[in-house]
Parts: sequence; C-alpha cells; structure tokens
Amino acid sequence: MKLTINGADHQVDAPPDMPLLWVLRDMLRLTGTKFGCGVAQCGACTVHIDGAPRRSCVTPVSAAVGKAITTIEGLSPDGRHAVQRAWAELDVVQCGYCQSGQIMSAAALLAAKPEPTDADIDAAMTGNICRCGTYQRIRAAVHRAAALAKGGVS
Amino acid sequence: MNAATPPSRREFLKTGALVSGGLVIAFVVPGAGRFAVAQAPRVGPSFAPNAFLRVGSDDSVTVLLAHSEMGQGIWTALPMLIAEELDADWSKIKVEHAEAAPVYAHTVFGMQMTGGSTSTWSEFDRYRQAGATARALLVEAAARRFGVKSADCRTENGVVIAGARRARYGELVEAASSLRAPATVTLKDPKDWKIIGKPTKRLDTPEKITGRAQFGMDVHFPGLLTAVVARAPVFGGTVKSFDARQAMAVPGVRKVVQVPSGVADHFWAAKLGRDALKISWDLGPNASLDTTALREEFRRLAGTEGAIAAQAGNVGDALGKAAKTVEAEYAVPYLAHAPMEPLNCTVRIGPGKCEIWTGTQFQTFDQRVAAQITGLKPEQVKIHTTFLGGGFGRRANPTADFVSLAVYVAKAAKAPVKTVWTREDDVRGGYYRPAYLHRARIGLGSDGLPVAWRHVLVGQSILVGTPFEPFGVKNGIDSASVEGVADSPYLKEIPNHRVDLHSPKTGIPVLWWRSVGHSHTAFVMESLIDELAQAAGKDPVEYRRALLKNHARHLGVLNLAVEEAGWGRRLPKGWARGVAVHESFGSFVAQVAEVSVEDGRIRVQRVVCAIDCGIAVNPEMIAAQMESGVAFGLSAALHSALHLKDGRVQESNFHDYPVLRLNEMPRVETHIVPSSEKPGGVGEVGVPPIAPAVANAVARLTGQRLRELPLRLNA
Repeated sequence: MKLTINGADHQVDAPPDMPLLWVLRDMLRLTGTKFGCGVAQCGACTVHIDGAPRRSCVTPVSAAVGKAITTIEGLSPDGRHAVQRAWAELDVVQCGYCQSGQIMSAAALLAAKPEPTDADIDAAMTGNICRCGTYQRIRAAVHRAAALAKGGVS
Repeated sequence: MNAATPPSRREFLKTGALVSGGLVIAFVVPGAGRFAVAQAPRVGPSFAPNAFLRVGSDDSVTVLLAHSEMGQGIWTALPMLIAEELDADWSKIKVEHAEAAPVYAHTVFGMQMTGGSTSTWSEFDRYRQAGATARALLVEAAARRFGVKSADCRTENGVVIAGARRARYGELVEAASSLRAPATVTLKDPKDWKIIGKPTKRLDTPEKITGRAQFGMDVHFPGLLTAVVARAPVFGGTVKSFDARQAMAVPGVRKVVQVPSGVADHFWAAKLGRDALKISWDLGPNASLDTTALREEFRRLAGTEGAIAAQAGNVGDALGKAAKTVEAEYAVPYLAHAPMEPLNCTVRIGPGKCEIWTGTQFQTFDQRVAAQITGLKPEQVKIHTTFLGGGFGRRANPTADFVSLAVYVAKAAKAPVKTVWTREDDVRGGYYRPAYLHRARIGLGSDGLPVAWRHVLVGQSILVGTPFEPFGVKNGIDSASVEGVADSPYLKEIPNHRVDLHSPKTGIPVLWWRSVGHSHTAFVMESLIDELAQAAGKDPVEYRRALLKNHARHLGVLNLAVEEAGWGRRLPKGWARGVAVHESFGSFVAQVAEVSVEDGRIRVQRVVCAIDCGIAVNPEMIAAQMESGVAFGLSAALHSALHLKDGRVQESNFHDYPVLRLNEMPRVETHIVPSSEKPGGVGEVGVPPIAPAVANAVARLTGQRLRELPLRLNA
C-alpha cells in the first residue's frame, strides 16, 4: 500500500491491521515516533493524520492510506517550528523520550487554536504522559509557542 | 586555590601510547560513530589528553560521559565542569556517552554506573581536573609556539592568549598531543568560575525536539531481528512445554527459540508471534502470592522485635512515663518505575566479541553478566550506551535482567536481536519499589516535644543478595531500608529511641526506585512529625524548628520554603498548606504544598521547594529536577500501586497503573540556598518530601490523616 509521509510517498508491504507506529518505526525507520504503551494511553506515538493528532500505536496502517501523515521528522524542515523553538527556549526536555509526542500534540493544538487557554492545553495535552514530569514547562512552552507563532516568526 | 593530582594520570599514560605521533584517532572510544546515525567524520588530528575529553582541530571539545543521561541533565552538567577549567568555548562542546571501560568507573563505587544522585558530585573533581590538564597542555603548546613562558599565557573561550598573540585550541592539538601531562594541575578558585553556577540550557535539546535522539529502542542495523519474550505469569515460573506452530504462522516471524522467545523481522510480528505461543507453565513457588495477605504478614511482623537499626536510652521506660503517646501505622505499596521507554536491549554476538546497545545505568554489571553468558571476557563485551528514555533506578539492576535476557535471546537465535518489552511486560516484570509497613509509638513530654520514639519497619531488602550487600548491609540492617528513619535528625534529638527492621523475603523482585528508602521513610517521618505537632497543639513549622534547632541545613531549607510560600498567609477558601523537610543523597529539601479537594479528589495547586545541594553546578537543571521530583513523587502520592493476586500482578499499563498527567501538575517554584558546601545529589532529592507535604495539607484541610499511599480520601 502507498503512504504519504512528510510529503513523500512510500510503498510499504504491511498487513493492513499492523499499527502505523510499527510501519513508521520498523519498516520506514522513522524512529522519532515512539512506542510507550501500545494502547493509546501515553501519547508517545502521536503523529498527525490530515492535521489531526492521532495515536499511531492503535491506528491500523490501512486507515492512513490516502491521507497526509506527518511525523516529528516532518514537522519542520529545520527543527524551527514555533513549538520546537519554544521547547528549546524553556529547556523543556529531560529524558526526551515522550517529547516527540508532546510536540506533535502541541503543534496540532496550536494549529486548531492559535491562542489556547490553560483549559485548552489541559484538554489537548493530558493524554501525553511524561514520567520526568516536564508538564509545567510544557504548559509554559505551549503558551510561548503561541506567542512566537503569532509574532509571525514561525 | 586547589592543587590536585589528576586521577586521570594513569589513563593519560595508557591513552598516551595511542597519541604517539600527535594524531589520535578515536582513542578508546569506538562508540563515537553512534549507532545507525551518520555523524560528521572526524576531520584532521585531535588531542585526547585523558579519557574524558578530546579536542579537535576544528576547535570542538568532545566530552565523554562516564555516566548515563536519563533526563537528569549530566549531558550538560559534566561538560560544564570540563569547560570551566578548560576555558572552553561553550558553543564548541560536543558530548558522547563513553564506552564501558574501567577508566570510567565511578570515583566512589568503583564500577561504571549512574545512580544514587551521585554523577555530578562524584565527578566534580575528576572532570574539573580533566579540563585543567587539557588546558595546561594547550597552554604549554602555545607558549612554545609563541616563545614565551606558560605563565605569560592566559586562556579565554577556547583561545590561548599571550600579549597580542592568540592561538585557537584547534590550532594547538597536534603540538599538545606530543606533550606529557603535568603531574599536578591547579583548579580555579570558585570566585573565578564563569560556567559553574550559571543557569545553563541543556545540550541535548536539539536532537530531543526533532526526533533525532537515539534511544535503545531506535537502534537499527541491517540484519537486526526483533524479539518479544513470553514471560511466566508468576515470578519464578518456568516453561514446561510450548507449542510454536501458530506463532510460526504469523508472517514475519522467523524463529521461536528456547528462552523461549519469538524472533521476528519487526516488533509487531514478534508480538503477535509471542501472543500466539501456547505455553504450559510450571508456576513454581510464588503462585499464591497476594499483596493483601502480605500486608497482614507485615503487620504481624511489626508487632515483633526485629533487627535493631538504631537505639538510644530506654524507650520502653520513657514511653511509660510520657505525658501523651501517639501511635500510628503507615503503609506504601509495590511500585513499578514505568519509564516512558519500555526496556529494550540490542545484542550482536560475533567471534570473540559481543556488542550491546542499550540505555543502561549499570554498564559494569551488564558487561560482566554478558561475558558470563557468552563465555567472553568482560573487555570483549562492548557496550554502546544510548540515551535512556527514563531510568529512575529500573535500568540499574545488579542482575542485569534486561541485558542478560537479550544476550540469551541473541545467543539462542544465533542472530543479532533487539529484545523489546511491551508496557505490560514492564509493569508486570518485577524489580519494584518494595512495599513497606511502618509502625511507630511516640511519647511526648509535657512540653509537647517527643521524649521516646519506637519505630518498626517491615519490607523487603533491596541489597541482600546483590554485590552491594557487603557495603550496604550490616548486622542484618539494609541501610536502604531504614535511611531517613535510623539516621533521622529528629531521632538524634530524642534521648530514648529504637528502630527495628524486618526484611521478609517474598519472591517479588525488588529494586531501587527514585529516592529508594527515602521514598517511604520521608512520607512516614514527616507525616508523623505533623501528627505530633497536632497532638502538642503546635504549628507544624514551629514544631519542626524546635526539633531541628541543631540541624542548620534542614532549618535553612525549611525557613526558605515557608518564607517563599508565605506560610501563615491566607489562602483561597478550601485550600490548605502542608510542609515537609528531608535530607537525602547529601542534599536538603523542604517543600510547602498548597492543596485543595475538588469532587473528592486531592488537587495539588502549588509547591514551593527549597533545596540546599551545596554548590549548585547548574541551577537551571536543579530547578528542572525539583519539578521532576515533585511530579514523580505525586504519581506515587496520588495514583500508583501494584497488587498481586494468585501470584499475578493485577495492573498492566497506564490505564490501571496511573501516573501524574499534565492537568494535575502543580505550579512548582524552586529556590536554591546559596552554598559553598561540596555538591550533593539532585536527581532524587525532590521526590521524598512531596507525599508528606501533601498528606499534611490534606490533614489540615479535611481532618483526615491519611497514612497510606496512594492517598485516598474517605467518602
């Protein structure tokens, strides 16, 4: 089947019910998207499908055919997406394992709501677990990213 | 000024042999071309004055970490130590995990490891000396070039300067490589520090925000297979027989090998294959383990005398004469570490060589165990340490469980294999924070202060049966079981006290979990102090001040935290404050928690944290670790617990083993006590005070004294 990932087409030979996560990681070697729980409980595997945040660990690859898939590798060409810049400014990451998923969730939130409230951030980001507990900085960085994007510098 | 003999002297001589001719190529670091990631080839000559850094002709300074980066920030803090003494250009710093080798052994523990909140303080001298040694050689090389004395040169931002003459470090590497390191180096006076003590941003951010960072899970090379291991449903269970026909029918499954384990082209096939295995288990002796029954057994033991961990005066007599007594039982459950990256390990065995790629905290043990399994010598086992997707102690296992399993799999499969754990394998895989039960009976004098303290702890020993037993277990007392009680500053002030320990064996594998014994002892001690203050009718802060009057650093953080929190000032209706102060890993932390109850659920609104960790090497990272410790501690305080029934762990994933999420994160404010004391630990020390601070606030708010974690309000 044909997948469109980060703007490029890929031909993959995978069982239709294989989770998109494992197609990305083990077949296409796009390992920025992480495995954390396998049951849509932690958000580490978050990607965008047609712009919406999706848990790739429970998304059958067949459901993504014909749609635009974006992974952390394709969020921006140079790692300078407003969310990434805000993450760097506020020194958000610790172990870093969950951060691809956090950043993808945050980017989807900002695309839908350019000026999110704390309640919006709660709703969009509570599905992404971070065991290092970077949540306070994540919240601040989402607000900062909103400001950076609004400034037209993203 | 500090004069010191660099401990790296011997290493210099050893690596010096490789440096001959002034060109060093990768010296002892084959891990340099990390994994499958293409890395810029090293251009031109470089200079490696010791095992801890390498200066390139491109002016880069590559710092080699003897410890593992798992979020705690040593990828930044250890380079700061070298850069300080080297006067390096911070923008030219690169970082790599060192390979597993004796030269990288922990300066105190003698083995290569990351744990006990020790990385920064244990390397404080060695890494500074490594930087100072390199600087001395670069200066000497420049002095010869300029025709001046070394003493007439100064260094700044990666440049040696003498009058109008300047030479970049990169220009000097070839000349410096032919010089012998000085026998001693002089370290900077702390007043001259430009980098140590300055809030410094993480160096690992760029790769961690773009998905480029390589964790063990991401390792790949051609021919690598993936294994998912079928595990006994009960600890200690073994395979009687298995039928692999359906597993082999899963497309992509290559082999089922007798570990037993499915080996496949990718994770998904391996997992489906594992799930399709039909296995008959011999459940062994632990098939009736039950945590409810264990609690009863612990309770029974708490009523009997154990091994004596601390004793003074005559506690029995003093309790009899006390004006008032307080008696309480506290309990905490088994906990999984649940790092975000499930355990995994990649192994390739070849003739005379075994290569391992994994995120580990315990390289020396892993190397030793892999050598035993493969019949190789430890030095023939090459360990490539990746970033760790969280550790919290789980990746520091003296049994090297996740590494040995992977080596067995690769050996049986006769192929390079990445062994991957599912989240369920991780939650149910053992090596937990042990459950503990405490019972205390405390007598108060007429002034309300304690005069007698009788304390019994019941819980599994972590150290017994490990190579750490000779160091950590004395007269039947595992120091990791009683730390925070037996050495409590409160008990030191109480003339009659006795602490007993029971260390029952249960068949449940246990391990250190971020802050180890302090994860339960701080909860119990700091809750008890509030109970005593209440019994005495005193403010909990004033009560602590009275008890801690001879403990200046405890008092220092207590006073700073309550001042910054505005202790005693009005709060919104329905909120209350609680306080706790605790010493662990050489540092002192006090936290004030502001708590409300919403829909019957405890909500932590704000935490004010004060830390005295001696010299604060990177204040930015210390603040981050306090936030991290609060979040980790709140998961245990509010949510997480494991239960066993019929030998089976009942929880399996984040839906039934919940941890703190973003919507529950309080605002955390960190204040650092200025100090010139030697550095203490940071990574774990934020965890212990949060549970009691919250429990104390809940008691004030609701009148309910909750003595068990996770905290559960009565309806």
